[in-house]
Amino acid sequence: MSGPLSEQLALLPEYLSAHVRLTLAALAAGTLVAVPAGILAHRVRRLEGPVLGVAGIVQTVPALALLAVMVPLLSGLGLPGIGTLPALLALVLYSLLPILRNTVTGLHGLDPAVLEAARGVGMTPSQRLRLVELPLALPVIVAGIRTATAWTVGMATLSTPVGAPSLGNFIFSGLQTRNSAAILTGCVAAAGLALVLDLLVRTIARGCALQRRRPIVLALLGLAALAAWAFAPAPRVARGAVGRTLVVGAKTFTEQYVLAEILAGTVHERAHHGARTLSSLGSTVAFDALRRDEIDLYVDYTGTLWASVMGRTDAGPGRQEMEDALRRWLQDEAGVTLVARLGFENAYCFAVRRETAERLELRTLSDAARHAGELSLASDYEFFARQEWRSVEARYGLAFRDKRTMDPSLLYQAIASGQVDAITAYSSDSRIRTLDLVVLEDEKGAIPPYDAVVLASPRLARESPEVLAALRTLDGAIGIDTMRALNGRVDEGRETPAAAAESFLAVRRKQR
Amino acid sequence: MIEVHGLTRRYAERLAVADVSFQVGAGELLALVGDSGSGKTTTLKMINRLVEPDAGRVTIEGRDVASLDPHVLRRSIGYVFQAIGLFPHMTVAQNLAVPLGLLGWSRERIDARVTELLALVELAPGLATRFPAGLSGGEQQRVGVARALAASPHVMLLDEPFGALDPLTRDRVQRSFDGLRRRLGLAAVFVTHDMAEAVMLADRIGVMRAGRLVQIGTPAELARAPVDDDVARLLDTPRRQARLVAERLGGGT
Ligand SMILES: Nc1ncnc2c1ncn2[C@@H]1O[C@H](COP(=O)(O)OP(=O)(O)O)[C@@H](O)[C@H]1O
Ligand SMILES: [Mg+2]
Repeated sequence: MSGPLSEQLALLPEYLSAHVRLTLAALAAGTLVAVPAGILAHRVRRLEGPVLGVAGIVQTVPALALLAVMVPLLSGLGLPGIGTLPALLALVLYSLLPILRNTVTGLHGLDPAVLEAARGVGMTPSQRLRLVELPLALPVIVAGIRTATAWTVGMATLSTPVGAPSLGNFIFSGLQTRNSAAILTGCVAAAGLALVLDLLVRTIARGCALQRRRPIVLALLGLAALAAWAFAPAPRVARGAVGRTLVVGAKTFTEQYVLAEILAGTVHERAHHGARTLSSLGSTVAFDALRRDEIDLYVDYTGTLWASVMGRTDAGPGRQEMEDALRRWLQDEAGVTLVARLGFENAYCFAVRRETAERLELRTLSDAARHAGELSLASDYEFFARQEWRSVEARYGLAFRDKRTMDPSLLYQAIASGQVDAITAYSSDSRIRTLDLVVLEDEKGAIPPYDAVVLASPRLARESPEVLAALRTLDGAIGIDTMRALNGRVDEGRETPAAAAESFLAVRRKQR
Repeated sequence: MIEVHGLTRRYAERLAVADVSFQVGAGELLALVGDSGSGKTTTLKMINRLVEPDAGRVTIEGRDVASLDPHVLRRSIGYVFQAIGLFPHMTVAQNLAVPLGLLGWSRERIDARVTELLALVELAPGLATRFPAGLSGGEQQRVGVARALAASPHVMLLDEPFGALDPLTRDRVQRSFDGLRRRLGLAAVFVTHDMAEAVMLADRIGVMRAGRLVQIGTPAELARAPVDDDVARLLDTPRRQARLVAERLGGGT
């Protein structure tokens, strides 16, 4: 146990400080916006309804959805759509309501006799605000900031998929790689951070209420120390690299983590370029980030690009034709270079337990269509919204008894334990073999090929042809067995993606 | 000192104060009496512009108050609120320092004045660091008076200042206030609905009814020549009560 845990703990300073940065910046900005807005809404009664209404509507948007809409929204405005900005913006928006509402409530609730006395002794409106209204409303306002603090710490864990590192990296990657040490580290750290921040904010509030300077000063010092630690420039891990540090994106699953590490390692070893990975990006987030030069490299799959990016609704031509068409389209329409085909396919496939296959004599999707009414199917979040599913559904007339979506990492558990009869699996997943699942053949070719390909951003192609050359050495270098084995090391062997990637890179180094 | 001409204030269709005029000279105390809702508080608040009149004019020391900045005006007038209105987040000393701070006094001057004020209203110096919530009603009321007196105003407005006190405290506070305002030579308007208090403290009494000032004069003038039966009854009340008390205590003839 000490092995996996200490591996995670080594990552803690980086993710925790990123989380603290995000949280403190969002809370500071939220407070700076919400308190004046609350004062305005209190002063100008006409504005109260609209201001609270807008903040209330923002609040009803689920946290994850709010983060997700920031990506296209910011990109549409010509701003960086992935990274810290969308996360920060979403967190600030989310923190507004509790602070705003409490500011207005706190100011409304003051004793009219005290306010009249403030006028009576000759205070100007701004003196009244500063000397009487704000100090008296402060406990209520701080209560709002406390609520916002709890929300923001929690919601910041969700900013990982839009490319802002946080404690969510532990949770997202832990879930994908079934690494309970990672999940635990993320949860405990987030809870601990929430408690510490709450304690500090509460201490300030109590100090204000009791007019005691010491606790306020101590708590402010605590906050300042936390901020200083989090915002201090991190010592750069110089890998003896030249040029700028490249960013290799990865979507939210094991194989992507491993491949991102392999790309980063290859770039470093063969082109002497620094490279870091940016994990757990949403599927279309990754492509948009690449075409906008916000990341430099990532691995995608031809079928995915065909349907999701090119928007084609057909199953596509043959394997080579599809790759050629894609290569041309990517170059012309998006300026993206298809650098190399890795040599394996990670297609969506339908898998059932061997016992089910034998009992119902299932071999192909046509066989499954005949028994679909008795079968339940589970898939990941994307699949049912994708063209491939519509195509399969139409070609085979598949009508399952029950369709569910769940996190990809839980699909295998669900089928192994008999909670569902069929899952959409990924053909490069090691667990197909381990769990002895039967893959149903797509004999009508409804699902297009899903060859793994390395994509490079317009900027990288322009600036660093040597990096592209280095990556071309990966062309055909990772066969299906290799990929399954690497995935297996992480998913079942509990190695980190970096360790699995290193095992691959080490073999390549010897071959050179 | 204080001159009020034709002061009128309407709330919706209701006349709260109708065409009220009176004058208060330097060192004089005018008591406004009348039933609740008769417009006493509204009249008082129009003098320092906590309420703006619909018609009429107020001048203080010859200057029209409408021509002054309202907060500058209020800093020069002591106001004791019916609801006291101490600032709950400030200590007694801080409450007393507020009007002085607004006038830009130095720290040392303020501290000295606060000590003086506590003595003036007969509060123990130890109360200075307490918060209003930790004071008795009588103590709070006296802090309210002290805060109104802080900047040594020439004009004081008091709205039922001793209403909430128990009889013993009330008696003592009334007496110390009477001595104080005479010593300081304050021009004061004092709202009360207690006729005995009015008779004891006031140089002149104004009787209000339904927003109008129905009669104004010294207590003796009012007792001698009341304009109507109501005023007569009003003036008779303290006397009748005093007689009754004397009889009950066995001191009567
Ligand atoms: N802010 C206000 N809004 C509406 N009506 C008011 C307001 N203030 C006072 N009034 C009305 O004006 C009348 C006089 O009130 P007030 O001056 O407080 O009387 P008093 O102090 O003699 O009891 C009352 O009928 C009262 O209801
Ligand atoms: Mg009143």
